[in-house]
Amino acid sequence: MVKVKLWGSLRDLAEGQDVVDVDASNFKQLLDQLELRYPALSPQIKRGVSLSLDGVIYREAWFTPISEDNEIVLMPYMVGG
Amino acid sequence: MALDGNEKREFKVIGQRVKRPDGIDKVTGKALFGADLTAPGMLTGRILRSPHAHARIVSIDTSAALAMPGVKAVVTSADLAEPEDDFFRDIKDNVLARDKALYDGHAVAAVAATSRSAARAAIRAIKVEYELLPHVTDVDEAMKADAPVVQANRADESVPAGSSPNVTSYFEFGHGDLEAGFAKADTILERSFKTAATHQGYIEPHACLASLGHDGRGELWCCTQGQYNVRTICSEICGIEATQLRVTASEIGGGFGGKTTCFIEPVALALARKSGKPVKIVMSREEVFRASGPTVSSSSDVKIGMTKDGRITAAQAKLRYQGGAFPCGTVEFGAQAAFAAYDLDAVQTLGWNVLTNRPKEAAYRAPGAPMAIYAVESVVDELCQELGLDPLDVRLKNAARKGTLASYGPTFNDIGLVATLEAAKAHPHYGAPLGENQGRGLSCGFWFNFGGNTCVSLNINHDGTVGVVEGNPDIGGSRASISMMAAEELGIGYDKVRTVITDTNSLGFNDVTDGSRVTFAVGLATIEAARAAIREMCKRAAQIWGIDAEAVVWEDGAAKPSGPNAGDHPPMTLAEIAAVMDNTGGPIAGHHEVNADGAGVSFGVHLVDTEVDTETGATKILRYTVFQDAGKAIHPDYVEGQMQGGAVQGIGWALNEEYIYGEDGRLQNAGFLDYRVPVASDLPEIETVILEIPNPGHPYGVRGVGETSIVPPLAALSNAVSRAANVRMHELPMSPPRLLKAMSER
Repeated sequence: MVKVKLWGSLRDLAEGQDVVDVDASNFKQLLDQLELRYPALSPQIKRGVSLSLDGVIYREAWFTPISEDNEIVLMPYMVGG
Repeated sequence: MALDGNEKREFKVIGQRVKRPDGIDKVTGKALFGADLTAPGMLTGRILRSPHAHARIVSIDTSAALAMPGVKAVVTSADLAEPEDDFFRDIKDNVLARDKALYDGHAVAAVAATSRSAARAAIRAIKVEYELLPHVTDVDEAMKADAPVVQANRADESVPAGSSPNVTSYFEFGHGDLEAGFAKADTILERSFKTAATHQGYIEPHACLASLGHDGRGELWCCTQGQYNVRTICSEICGIEATQLRVTASEIGGGFGGKTTCFIEPVALALARKSGKPVKIVMSREEVFRASGPTVSSSSDVKIGMTKDGRITAAQAKLRYQGGAFPCGTVEFGAQAAFAAYDLDAVQTLGWNVLTNRPKEAAYRAPGAPMAIYAVESVVDELCQELGLDPLDVRLKNAARKGTLASYGPTFNDIGLVATLEAAKAHPHYGAPLGENQGRGLSCGFWFNFGGNTCVSLNINHDGTVGVVEGNPDIGGSRASISMMAAEELGIGYDKVRTVITDTNSLGFNDVTDGSRVTFAVGLATIEAARAAIREMCKRAAQIWGIDAEAVVWEDGAAKPSGPNAGDHPPMTLAEIAAVMDNTGGPIAGHHEVNADGAGVSFGVHLVDTEVDTETGATKILRYTVFQDAGKAIHPDYVEGQMQGGAVQGIGWALNEEYIYGEDGRLQNAGFLDYRVPVASDLPEIETVILEIPNPGHPYGVRGVGETSIVPPLAALSNAVSRAANVRMHELPMSPPRLLKAMSER
């Protein structure tokens, strides 16, 4: 199981939790599991999210491997100017 | 040979200040910008815009316009496709209003005619019946329960129940126990701030030339930060398959984020389709102000607690951003960036994106961060003043560093903030004496950066020269930087490489030139493409020598035999291998396609000295120094240019620039005479100090540098002016009347 940290305003959409445990070995599995377990997160995930893995931010990269040793943080989809 | 490491090395080309490849074209007028292309039989397109801030469109009668001599087509929203996705539907409704005009300047209809005068006359002949609606242009007013509703039902699932219908999304970030943190503070300050909407101020107005034949094949030439993005948007809005629309980016006269979307291109395509002729549209400066994408304006509250010795115990920011008449995604980046420079046990940021009757905001370098960090850094500075503490020492005491839990969630890896602050502290500027009515301001800044989708093709020519083909418009010197990275990797001279930016049908998809991504991501792909070409050249040399390819290495621009069984062969240079490539297997090229991650965040520190005229309220910039971590500066001139340009744009944002709306909801200063950007005579030399803390995610250590530099100036200026004027400023711009008023009330 990996721990995924959510940003604060997602807490109410994930049954009040800031950190959720997910059975996943890559980003795609992680996002699929989040949508499955917390359907209220689905609109945000479909609009786009980034994921931070041990401090490195990824915008897509479904098949990036993850494990319980990693720090994983869900973030808004990164944009720039 | 193996070529997959990010090994440290001594550079030969990287770090040099080579000549820019576009310099002569630009100073001689040879460079072709968006408005410079013409086509046989070309028509002039012109857009009718709403004179009202908010109005229902009851009817549009185009019959009189269509009957006029020279008029070949008139289009309205009904001539565009119906995208299913909200993102594209909003752009469609912005480029041609559907049922409501949502802001002063909102496009309502467009004509194509044989001359500019005929097009102007036709625009005047279009009859639009409006039903006026109440409007709102201020973010705080728009958040009130009884505010005029700009668009109904646009809130997403994050918006708390009971919010104004104009709130479209809500964000919250942070960690720790705020109450306990504030209880540990010796002093707590809570302040409110406002910043005005500003425009990127690019020199070149939006311009395009569109052709769309009856066979359904289109050609579009335009000034943009991303031709592939234009293709995607126009395909959706005009109902054209992507491969049938070839988009070519012109030279670009500035973008800064403002050319990352479309305002006129789908309209030109619709007119071209309807008229059967090529159509050119060039925005006037007034149109650019009224109807392109300025930045958000903001309202914010910041509360920070600090101990007597300068340790921040808790911090909170509430940010309210208006992004115009369509939902925007900007406050979340302000909310994430607000406290990124600090190592905090208790921090919280809350953010609301809000609709108003203003043009749809567009990105502007580090979108959302400058106004949030302005508010935070202003309160930190005021606390330092109150507690008698050195503002730089306080930043160092609280600075985020490797291992810090960032206020937006992750734990930082190697970051350059402390090194940047220490460089500022050691610089002569920080200790230089100040005179009467003078003040020194300091601010940290932060931006995320990203990589993104990128394709590069690198072609070896018979004469030993190299062509690099990439798909990102050059807005900050990237052609030079990309050529330098190719030359470095191949071991040849910079003058032997030419980089060109190609159209959408000649290379795979590339994300927009934004996010400070190009030198990082296109550079990374170029290095990998060069390595692919090197592998092939080693193979060709091995064939010629009759040895295994593994026994060949690439050094100093040549293949060399290596190892005990390689034999004794003279090195073959790239030019020698290229000269016989027809005989050794044909053309040699390398290519690389990647969705690059690992861009690495960036920090900067700005120091500025100002002098305030107590009689006029005018502010003079006396000295300005920018310190920024570039990871590795590929071409230092361009890195310095980014740092200086960000500082100058920030100076304008802080001192003079603002969108001014009247009671009628109409923009009152849609031109550079009344919207005051800094000019050269307003500015001292902007000094720069480049720090190089390598980014492990790039072969040469590159970090993006294009955006971070616009983040600190707002607060640095506000802190300097507040200290010079002896009155704390809480609103931008600090224009002379506003500063004079504040000084008179102190």
